[in-house]
Amino acid sequence: MLWAIVYRANLNGALLFAAAGLVGGALAVATLGVFGLWIVGATVVAATLLAVFSARRIVAAHTQSAIAADDSTVLPQRTRDVLETIVDPLMLIDTGGRVVFANTAMQALAGTDAESKNVAAVIRTPVILEALESTQRTGEPSSVEYAERVPVERHYEGHLVHTARPPRVTVLLLHDLTALKRAEQARADFIANASHELRTPLASLTGFIETLLGHARDDEVAREQFLEIMHVEAQRMRRLIDDLLSLTRIELNEHVPPAGEVQLGDIVRDAVATLAPIAQTERVSLVPEIPPNLPTVQGERDDLVQVFLNLIHNGIKYGRPGGHVWIALSAPAGESAYGRGGREMVSAVIRDDGDGIPREAIPRLTERFYRVDIKRSRERGGTGLGLAIVKHIVNRHQGRLLIESRLGEGSTFTVLLPVASAIEETAPAPVTELL
Amino acid sequence: MSEHIVKAFSEQLEGLSSGIAQMGGLAEAQLADAVEAIGKRDSTLAERVIAGDPRIDELQQASEDRALKLLALRQPMAVDLRDTLAAIKTANELERIGDLAKNIAKRALVLNREPPIRLTQSLARMGRAALSQLKLVLDAYSDRDAAGAEAVWRKDGEIDEIYNSLFRELLTYMMEDPRTIGLCTHLLFVAKNIERTGDHATNIAEVVYHMVTGGHLANERPKADITSSTAVPYERNE
Repeated sequence: MLWAIVYRANLNGALLFAAAGLVGGALAVATLGVFGLWIVGATVVAATLLAVFSARRIVAAHTQSAIAADDSTVLPQRTRDVLETIVDPLMLIDTGGRVVFANTAMQALAGTDAESKNVAAVIRTPVILEALESTQRTGEPSSVEYAERVPVERHYEGHLVHTARPPRVTVLLLHDLTALKRAEQARADFIANASHELRTPLASLTGFIETLLGHARDDEVAREQFLEIMHVEAQRMRRLIDDLLSLTRIELNEHVPPAGEVQLGDIVRDAVATLAPIAQTERVSLVPEIPPNLPTVQGERDDLVQVFLNLIHNGIKYGRPGGHVWIALSAPAGESAYGRGGREMVSAVIRDDGDGIPREAIPRLTERFYRVDIKRSRERGGTGLGLAIVKHIVNRHQGRLLIESRLGEGSTFTVLLPVASAIEETAPAPVTELL
Repeated sequence: MSEHIVKAFSEQLEGLSSGIAQMGGLAEAQLADAVEAIGKRDSTLAERVIAGDPRIDELQQASEDRALKLLALRQPMAVDLRDTLAAIKTANELERIGDLAKNIAKRALVLNREPPIRLTQSLARMGRAALSQLKLVLDAYSDRDAAGAEAVWRKDGEIDEIYNSLFRELLTYMMEDPRTIGLCTHLLFVAKNIERTGDHATNIAEVVYHMVTGGHLANERPKADITSSTAVPYERNE
């Protein structure tokens, strides 16, 4: 403790300390005699040593803090303005590992108030921290590539350069490679999924064509029947291709926040109108509940229409024939959002009175090509992609998708979407849930 | 962090928490790589995860030493004491997560020698859910965000649900075809390890909550892991 005090006190203080030792010593001599003299000697020596030693440390500390004050606390406003214009995330870090400056793009990525924090509290990616350490040690620039996997997978290239003249700072510049990597991945996935899922209807089509070319050529009844089946299979292939294409498109844009403001009420009305004929055929009543004066949400109209089309259509497909599908919108009601900073959400609840979903299937519903009941999904014309599409769209809108269901009691799908003003405030820190 | 008269004290406290953040970053990367090694059948990556584990252990030791030194020399009080305690506890949890990542990577090496099966994708997905929890709780630690920590704490049930679902599915496979028992057991252990990392993230959430507020999250956390009492009826197909 003593050391800490002396270390932080200034030089005069330390000398004063030595003087105090002398005075104290003199008093001790007066009271304790020869033995006291010995104590005085020891105290004076200790105090002097302390004074000299701490003086050296203090000078060193002063020099250091002078440098620190030069570069860390006062970055000229003009320099800041210039650095602010750089669109890629950029950060300046002093030799003590403290963030001197972070531009808006960097703050969007690593959270606001990054400045003056230790760099590890802002970016903890190991490759970046290692590269920073090596650049500061050697003075050599370094470049690293890394991926953030959650909440949305993103790829970056980080460049680190140490300035040549003191006060030295390290510049960290990040370059977003996500779009590039996503394009590569989307292509690979599309080929894999499409070929696998398209093979089944194709095999069936080929089979019937062969039969028609062969012994069924002149069988009027069989021909009609086969053509009917072939028609259904061909339609299934088309739906599958449509869904795969929209999924690919959505995934490519998942990391781009949506532009535009929309009224969910209009979107639900449109979706209900589109699905009304199908609902009528299945004898299912659609019951929308749209309260007036809902706040708008920031979102892309076409994407959100697809969310409601898919969810309501699922309600019709897997609900009870002659049953109901309820679609209820409601204004934010204290839903504290998840992650860095709370946000207000508009909720849309789509509920059916069908058979419900087994508990163990619920967490996996949004997996691509996951089906609770493969046979039933095929019969009802499902592609196994509907909810995956919904999940990706909701993800992109920084919303949440909640699924509740109990066997025999129907299922409830809740979509929460941030209101337009809220998303603007928190847009810098993209937060999403996977389910 | 509020200012201290002795500036070195503030710096030491901050050094402690940035050491934890650094360690957290490493644990995140290890878990992410281990999960990716399973999902993408990448044995080289798995080897790298195994080789990287001692580094986390080193950092844990260093954090603990730092914290001890701070306790001994500064006798921290109130929030400073909670900070120090949180650092020790979090370092401990992160070290366990590192071990689990290493175990997952070891199993990945075995799994990658077997023919690919679809279920590994579900595992990778569960892994990403756990990773998301870890990221959010480390964000909450760095931002001193009690609400964020509480949200993580409430959300652990989702990982448990995925685990339950996978557990049932694996049991069913093993019953249908006893030849898959070897493979399925490895998958089961991977799933269990991932589920455990979720629990450790939840523990960190409790620590962060206490660090920031001084209060405790309710003693009983929402538990949805029911596998210890799950049995799939065995039906012999003649």
